[in-house]
Parts: sequence; structure tokens; C-alpha cells
Amino acid sequence: MTAYLKLDHIDKIFTRGAASTEVLKDINLTIEKGEYVSIIGHSGCGKSTLLNIIAGLTGASTGGVLLENREVNSPGPDRAVVFQNHSLLPWLTVYENVRLGVDKVFAKTKSRAERDAWVMHNLNLVQMAHARDKRPSEISGGMKQRVGIARALAMEPKVLLLDEPFGALDALTRAHLQDSVMALHQKLGNTILMITHDVDEAVLLSDRIVMMTNGPSARIGEVLEVPLARPRKRLELATNATYLKCRQRVLEFLYERHRFVEAA
Amino acid sequence: MNMTATKIEIEAATTAASAAPVVAMTPKRPPRSEAYARMARETAVRVIPPLVVIALLTLVWELVCRRAGSALPPPSKVFKDTKELILDPFFDHGGIDKGLFWHLSASLQRVAFGYSLSAIAGIALGVLVGQSVWAMRGLDPLFQVLRTIPPLAWLPLSLAAFRDGQPSAIFVIFITSIWPIIINTAVGIRNIPQDYRNVAAVVQLNPLEFFAKIMIPAAAPYIFTGLRIGIGLSWLAIVAAEMLIGGVGIGFFIWDAWNSSHISEIILALFYVGIVGFVLDRLIAGLGKFVTRGTAQN
Repeated sequence: MTAYLKLDHIDKIFTRGAASTEVLKDINLTIEKGEYVSIIGHSGCGKSTLLNIIAGLTGASTGGVLLENREVNSPGPDRAVVFQNHSLLPWLTVYENVRLGVDKVFAKTKSRAERDAWVMHNLNLVQMAHARDKRPSEISGGMKQRVGIARALAMEPKVLLLDEPFGALDALTRAHLQDSVMALHQKLGNTILMITHDVDEAVLLSDRIVMMTNGPSARIGEVLEVPLARPRKRLELATNATYLKCRQRVLEFLYERHRFVEAA
Repeated sequence: MNMTATKIEIEAATTAASAAPVVAMTPKRPPRSEAYARMARETAVRVIPPLVVIALLTLVWELVCRRAGSALPPPSKVFKDTKELILDPFFDHGGIDKGLFWHLSASLQRVAFGYSLSAIAGIALGVLVGQSVWAMRGLDPLFQVLRTIPPLAWLPLSLAAFRDGQPSAIFVIFITSIWPIIINTAVGIRNIPQDYRNVAAVVQLNPLEFFAKIMIPAAAPYIFTGLRIGIGLSWLAIVAAEMLIGGVGIGFFIWDAWNSSHISEIILALFYVGIVGFVLDRLIAGLGKFVTRGTAQN
């Protein structure tokens, strides 16, 4: 297995005054180019912290992240993030939000006209070209998240990081957007790392599912291969034996072996 | 609103016509006139109550002050005494014998100058204090003490420093209006959502781009709150300061009228001061609304 993205013995300890909490313990993971990997776990298990470490927004206490065998420890467009709450800048239009990243990443390599075309190309990929001059407040939650995806894709990231990208959406919009992301992954072959707490979403989208134990000191409990052929069809999979078996495995992990214990 | 309403109406009319050609329906036009009527009603609701209150207050004032030996003139006398000043605000007989326009414009120029300086310095300092924890720890206590000093208390010191009325008045405006601008800007900067900072980090904006593209737009609603309080304070301070420094200006005009016992002129000047203050406030509020459109609601 060729390591494209490698998480190497990552520990994360938060210190607040004298008290310190170990959030992540000894996280090791290698991801191949073009792979779609999901990280699933109960809330508070540190999966968002892990994503922030990979994105470079938070530093690891020990260990590090290697992308194409080079250590990365600060944020950059090669690891573009789709944030949970879209994080579009409300004072910019849809077009300007995507353009902001494009202008930075391709400042030297693309001309103005090329950058403009590239922005529109990416808005077209997520079917949002029609709303190019709208402000985020004028479009729906699903549309905002599409623009968020376009903004990340437009930076041509080596790894696309999705932080519970569909968490804030209603079930129908979520399904629709999941299909879009699957289609984009199929078409562009991106390497994608997604944080989720939705079992169906993880099984439907991923090549591998990384299951995390409960924090503090969360570890990788189990990694499950999802041997389903692509393209995957949501309706056909509902009765597919492999799909159901994978789903069962994840459910067992989350609800039997590592049941979420509410902090008293 | 109007446009879509009319369009739908036309569509409805045409479909009705094609479906039943026998009945020749003239497209009804009530919505537009109704819209005008509604607009007129809304305006009336907003304009009539204050007019009624003003009329009543004027009446009470007239009745109270009309008696012989009353210390203050009734509105009718105020108008009679100041008719010349109202009708010709542009005369200039040299020295300080000028029309009200010139006095107001001199005051406004001082405010414009002092306020612009305090807006620039206030936003800059606010960004510094909002962005840097150490700057906040060092400067915030200082600001909290200095901002409680009344504007006029600065005047003797600034006269001593500048040895001239004009820069002293401008300094008083500056020092009065800067505190709310600093404090509100700092709060705005501190309240920039982490999400926006993360976006900037992933896109790798440099500090200058971050300032222009994230900080200022994100903090704009707060900044404008500070600017609006600041302009109000400037106008409060200038009138008081001009009473002391003399020369041309609406504050001095009031003081001069008092010294010459022209009470009616004082009352007229107060009207103008109030109206100009109101307009200044609305101007900044309107500018803020224009600049922060889209930012306020997320």
C-alpha cells in the first residue's frame, strides 16, 4: 500500500492550566491516493480535532502528518476543508467566495480569465453556477454546502477534508448531496477524508471506515474495508448483503463495544 | 414587490381571457392603487403622531410663555425675532457677524476633521487591541479610564499644548469620539468567528489580505456601532468646546447670543444643532447599513 497521506503516531493533549486531557492517543493511519476514507465515532471522541490536525489548524502534541512523504503542520490549500457549517463569508457572493481561494492558489499559474473560468467550472461541478451572484444568506443550507465543496475543490487539494459536511442538513438534502459527492469522487478521483457520525453515510460513501473509540484518549478501534463496487446506488444497496454486513459491523462497534457514555 | 405582483396579475388575466374568450375581462388595477394607499397610510402612521405632539408642545409653550414677564419667549416671538436669520442664513458682515450657515459649516468642518482622525486612529487601535491579547491587557485599562474624562476637561490641556483654538477644538472632538470607536472595533475583531479564521488559514491569506478581506467586513457592524456613537459624541462636544474657544461656530453663536441677551436666537440655534446632530447620526447609520448589507444576517 502506497501511503499518500500518513498519520504518524499522533497524540493530542489539551492543557488548560494545570489540568491536561489526552484527547487522541497514538493515531496511525495511511491513506492511498484516490481513496475515500471516513472517520466515525461518537461526539466528543476527538474526530474533529483529528481533522483539524490534518488540516494544520491545530498542532499535534506528538507525531505528525505526512502528505506525499513531506511533513505538513500548517494549514494550506493542498488540504482544503469543507466545514460543517459551510463557513462561507456572508459579505461575498457565491462566486467571490470560491474566487477568494482560487485567486490565492493560482495567483501565478493562471491568468485572470483562466481563474474566472476555473471558478465557474467548479460552480458548475456542484450545479451552483446559476447562483453565482447570490449571497450566502440568499441560498438554502444545501446550496451553501455545495458552494463550500466548490470552494474546496477549486483549490485543487491533494486531500479533500470533509468535516461532517452533511450534519446540518435535512435528510433529503443530505442524500442528494451525498450522491453529488459520490459522483464528484468518481469523476475527479480525489483523495477524501470525511468525518461523520452517520453510519449509513459512512458505509455508502467510503472505501474504508475508521472507527474511533470514545475519548478521552481516543484511539482507532477498528478499520473496516467496504468492498462495494462503484458507482454505488443508494436504492440497490439497501438490500445488498455486503452493505448490510458492513453497516452491522459499524453499528456493533459503536453501540455495543464502545457505547457512548454520557459524561455525568 | 410591485413588479412581481403586476406580472402575476397579467398572467392571471391572460389565462382567464384565453380560457373564456366570451367574457371580456378588463384587467383589474386595484393592487397598484392599493399599494399607494397602503404606502400613504404607513407614512401617515409614522408622520402624523410626531406632528401632533410637536403642535401640542408648541401650543403649551406658547400659552406658558405668552404671559407678560415670562423669562423665555413664546414660539411666535422666537419666529418674529429670528426671521432674518432663518430667511437669510448666508449673509457675511465680516468678523463673527455671519449667517447661521457659516456658523454651522465651521462647526461641521471641525467635526469632520476631528472625527475622521478619530475614525482612522480608533479603528486602527481597535484592531490592535482586538487582535493582540497583550495589546488588550496593556491598553484596555488605560482606555477605560481615559474614556470617562469629560470632553471639556481636555480643552485647557489642549489649549496649552496647541496654543490655538482651532486645533484644540479638533483635538477635543478627536479625544471624545475615539473611545467608542476603539472599544466597539475591538469587540468586533474579537468576535470574528473561528470559522472565518480557519477559512483564511486554509486559503493562506497573508495578514494584509486577512485584514482587508476578513477582519474589516466581519467586524463592520460593530465598527459602525462605534462610529455612530462617536459622531453623536463629537457633535455634543463641539458645541461646548466652541463656547469656550470663540470665533466662528454654532457653539460660539449660542454663547454670543446669550451675552447679547438674544434668547430667541439661542432657541433657533438649538433647533439647528438638534437637526444637524440627527442628520449626522442618520448619515452614519445609513452608511453602516449600506456597507454591512449581507453581513448582518448570516
